[in-house]
Order: sequence, then C-alpha cells, then structure tokens
Amino acid sequence: MSEKKDQSKIRVLIAKPGLDGHDRGAKVIARALRDAGFEVIYTGLHQTPEMIVRAAIDEDVQVIGMSILSGAHNVLVPEVISNVKKAGMKDVLYLVGGIIPEEDIDGLRKMGVQMVFTPGASLNEIIDYINKHAPQRK
Amino acid sequence: MSFEKELQNWEKKVKESEKKVPPRNVPFTTISDMELPLLSTPKDLDEIGFDYLKDLGFPGEYPYTRGVQSNMYRGKLWTMRQFAGFSSPAETNKRFKLLLAQGQTGLSTAFDMPTLMGYDADSPKGQGEVGKCGVSISSIEDMEELFVGIPLGEVTTSMTINGPAIVILAMYFALAEKNGVPKEKIRGTLQNDILKEYIAQKEWLFPIRPAVALVTDTIEFGTEHYPNWNTVSISGYHIREAGATAVQELAFTLADGLGYVEECMKRGMDIDEFAPRLSFFFDIHNDFFEEIAKFRAARRIWAKLMREKYKAKNPKSWMLRTHAQTAGVSLTAQQPFNNIVRVAIQALAGVLGGVNSLHTNSMDETLALPTDEAVMIALRTQQIIAEETGVAHVADPLGGSYFIESLTHRVEKEAMDYINKIYEMGGIVEAVEKGYPQAEIANSAYRFQRQMETNDKVMVGVNKYKTIEAKRTMDTLYIDRSVEKKQADKVKALRARRDNAKWQSSIDQVKKDAEAGKNMMPSIIEAVKNYATLQEVCDTLRGVYGIYRDVGSF
Repeated sequence: MSEKKDQSKIRVLIAKPGLDGHDRGAKVIARALRDAGFEVIYTGLHQTPEMIVRAAIDEDVQVIGMSILSGAHNVLVPEVISNVKKAGMKDVLYLVGGIIPEEDIDGLRKMGVQMVFTPGASLNEIIDYINKHAPQRK
Repeated sequence: MSFEKELQNWEKKVKESEKKVPPRNVPFTTISDMELPLLSTPKDLDEIGFDYLKDLGFPGEYPYTRGVQSNMYRGKLWTMRQFAGFSSPAETNKRFKLLLAQGQTGLSTAFDMPTLMGYDADSPKGQGEVGKCGVSISSIEDMEELFVGIPLGEVTTSMTINGPAIVILAMYFALAEKNGVPKEKIRGTLQNDILKEYIAQKEWLFPIRPAVALVTDTIEFGTEHYPNWNTVSISGYHIREAGATAVQELAFTLADGLGYVEECMKRGMDIDEFAPRLSFFFDIHNDFFEEIAKFRAARRIWAKLMREKYKAKNPKSWMLRTHAQTAGVSLTAQQPFNNIVRVAIQALAGVLGGVNSLHTNSMDETLALPTDEAVMIALRTQQIIAEETGVAHVADPLGGSYFIESLTHRVEKEAMDYINKIYEMGGIVEAVEKGYPQAEIANSAYRFQRQMETNDKVMVGVNKYKTIEAKRTMDTLYIDRSVEKKQADKVKALRARRDNAKWQSSIDQVKKDAEAGKNMMPSIIEAVKNYATLQEVCDTLRGVYGIYRDVGSF
C-alpha cells in the first residue's frame, strides 16, 4: 500500500468479499487499472465487509470494485455499501464484477451499485467507465 | 528426388503462393502462445530423435504415452462423472440419483464455500454462501443425508474438497463403516490437493507445511486401510482456470504430485505402496491439439520420473491416471448455446488424449449452477462421443502424427524446464512459499486478457461475432436463502442433542494428536463419529497450526 497519496490519480479499491477464492478476475483488473494510471489497492482474498470498509476509509478511495463469483453478492454487497455510508464516506463509485445473474442486476443497482461487469466485459470498457464516473476528490 | 529437396521445393511454392494469398493476419499460435508450424514432416521427428519404443511404447505399457490401458476404451469407456452439488444434502442426493438413473457411472460432489473453508452452516463467516456453489456439509448427519439410498460399496464417489478434506474423508469413512460396507469396497477419490490451493484455487485453512502434512496423513492412512481409495487427486484444473498456460498447468501439477511423493517418502513409506493410488485431474481447454499433446506428455513425464528418478518398481506407480473436465473459463455468458459446441470439442480432445474419467461442463455454468436440462445435454455429449463417433474404438488414434509427436515432445520439454527450475528452488513447497507459480500464472492470465483486447485471442460472441441480445434468456437454477437457515438450524440442533462428554474428549484427542504431530486420521474419524462438526474439528486444528493469509499481490 502506498505511503504517499498521489492526488492526481483516481484511487480504486479492488475487494474480494466473502469466502470465494476466484481471484483471477480481480487480479487482472487490478493490474489493468494500475497500468491505466489509477492508484489501485487490492485487499487480497477472504475479506469480511468490515475489513473492506476499513480499507476503503484508510485509503480514502473514490471507487470500490467488488469481485464476487460465489453467488453471495446479494448479501455481501449491501453490507459493504451500508457500512461505508454509515462510516460517513460519501461520493463513492460502487462497481461489481463476477458471475451475477441478469435478474439480480437491478437489485444491486437499487442498493447503490452503479455498474455491474459480467464475464466478457473488456478492460477498456471498465477503465473508460471509471474515468468517466469516478467522483472528484479535493 | 530426396526428401530434403522435395521439402525445399514445397517451401518455395508456399512462399510463391503466399505472394498471391498472404497468410491471414492472425498469430498462428496455440492458446498458450506456442508458435505452430504450417506442416510437420518426418524431419521434425528426426530432429527430436523420435524413437517409437522409447517415446511411445504400446498402450498400457511404459511410458504410457498412448494410454494406461492395453485395450484402451474397448475394454472400459472412460468414467462419465458429472460434478454435482448444491443446496441441502437432500437436494444434492436427488441430483445424484437422477444422474445415476441416466447412465452416469460415478458420483462427484461439489461442496459450498463455507464447507470448503471449514465453517459450519451457522457460522457468520459463511453468510450468503450456504448451499450456493455446492452442498452444505457440517456434520456426519449431513453426510448421511447426502448418500441416503446410494450403495457406497457399488458406486465410486469423488469429493472435491481440499482445506478440510481430512475431516470430510473421516465422515465418509465413518458413514461407510456405519453402513457396514467393507473397507476394500470403498472406491472413489478425494481431491485433497492443498498445494494447488495456494497456487491457484485459494481455498486454504492452515499454513502450507501443516496442511501438506495433513495430506500426507490421509495418504498414509488410506494406503494402510482403504486400498481402493484415491486419497489425492493432483489437480491442474484450477491452475489452468486461474490463467496458466497448458505447459504451466502440466508442470505445476506434476510438481505438486512430486511434492506429495517426496513427503511420503520422507515418512519412510514405500513409493510402490502409495503411488498407485495417486490420481490426477486436468483441464481441457479449447486448443485441440495442444490439449491432446498435454495429456500424452503428462503420462510420459510422470512415468519417467517415477521409474527413473524415484525408483518405483511397480508399473502401477508409473501410470498417470487422470480425470479431466472441460474448461469453465472457455464458456461464455454471451450466446450461451455456443458452449455446447465448445464442450463437445474439448471433450473430444480429452478422449483423444486418453483420459480415464471426464466431466463435461453444462452450457449455463457461466451464468449459474447448471439446471437438470443443461446437465443432461452435457452428459449426452459424452455418450455421443463414446457411442456414435467411433473414436473410442481405436487406441491413441493420433499417435505417430508428425505434428502431434513434435508437439507432445515440446510440451514435455517445456514442462520439464519448469519442473527442473522448481527442483532447483528446493521443491514445490519452497516455490509456493516464494510465490513463484502464483506469479507465473498471474502473468499468463494478464497477457491473455490483453490479447483479448487486441483480438489476438478470439472468443466468439465476446470480442468477435457479437450479436445484440436483448436479455440473456436461459432458465437458471436459483438457490434461495431458506437453505441457509435450514442447514444452520440442523447443526444447532445436533450440538444440543449429542453426548457432550464423548464429544469433548474426542475433540481433546484431536488437539493432543495435532500438537504431538501424529497422523490425524484416527482421532478425526473418532471425533466425527461423536458428532463433532466440521468447523469444530477445523477450529481445533487452526488453534494448533494457525491460519494462512493471502498476501494480496497482483
């Protein structure tokens, strides 16, 4: 984790909530975002929602990307979002990636997730989306 | 005219014709980025010093390049084994019975995430995940429900679990004993390959060294008491799915296998006692010939190492027997019916590669767990290959092809380069501790994704030939959360009901044996018989061994 914050860079947390061990996607995305010039913090595997919220606050990120391939998204995602809000962090762009059934996407959007990227989403598409939608920080 | 001269003439003609029709502007490489020749000829075999008896031999004979059975699929077709498991043990039991009724010949159990990580159904750690990716098993009661009405002495059962594998195996053995099945009739396979968890699948419980010792415990115990049980299925599947190339999959998997062999030998076990029960599990990806070469090379490398380096004398110790599964990563959520075609081609490669057992993925697996209908198509795909195409009538039909033999040689050589590098690092345990295979795989995964962006790698329907789909229209299986409550209530009721004194003393014994470094199998079998739950045993071991944490590098 970086000691000195580069203010010009968009700060992104890539998180792996729950017990799911599929980290290929999370690691590829983390590396692609870093190569695209973002400041990327990757939590590593097996994070509880509390651990993710703590990392988001400590690192003062603008974007939280959660990677879930285990089917637990409807439980874990709202926990992370509500706890981040409770902790007083505003203006965070929430993204979800992984195996998410079509019928769950609307529900996740209502919980505050702006965009869900399912298998086949291109790296450039994700990078463009963050560039366009990440909130400004002063 | 000499061969050399004819070859030069032909090469000249190719150059001329390419002036008119240039090669398509795509990389002519395998999916793992191996450059491919336009044509292979006897010259290629001369260059590698190809020797029929030394490099191929006959089916069922050293070095088993052509397969481990002398009459291959004429005697016995490969085992058609579809992986199944979801929701409660009772639901999975129903799916098992459906598959057996449809002609499937072995069972294969998928567990849910909390079970795979050693947590009971009522643990807060597993919230939202109970019964999602597999079946939820917290105690021997669940195990009993899972196999009710299935004769354990007649089916072969495979169980895909690693971190807490020893506890699940203890439950299975205890259940079989309770049902009065003789030990020698218990057949099946426990995945139990912890090294690949640190490398790729990431479902670990303990630090690497005690975890490897637990695997060694099960091999030791199984060898002595359960002669027909495969205690470890050394798995490349997850390594490949995590992004490895074919060569990396092969090399790291064989290196894991060698790691277990060395651990067992360090305990003074005779290699010819345990090696015949080691089995393997590989992925079958899209690149048809590369996959066939991989299976042929796998058998040759293992046979040579077992015989020449580790001095095994029993031919059964030299044989690499393998299960295989079509590649989950190759499936697309876009135009999902295309997956049926991918699976069929991959399965065919597996059969031409001489696998012993096969799982074909269902077309909807990138969307959710498969429905009954999708599972049936996947199983029928194998039956069509086996009984309509005629490929099962001939042993190793591609053997002797200039191209296949050159490619097999090359895959073998490149895999051996990795294996030798791992030997130099001090063995696979040290290599994994240094993060070496993990980093190699992450690099390959990233390179592949980059190639997808530039269309150097194509996935039909994803980065090429896209169609505008209004919505993904496919019925998928949905697991509701009532399973979680039901399973949690069940394990709570069990804890309230059991004989606490017996439970406590058996858990104490587990702790004592772990501290003393004894073989853990006997005390864990005793504990699960006294209704100790999965998590109680795992927590006891975590207390002694500690836990492993992901470093989170990318």
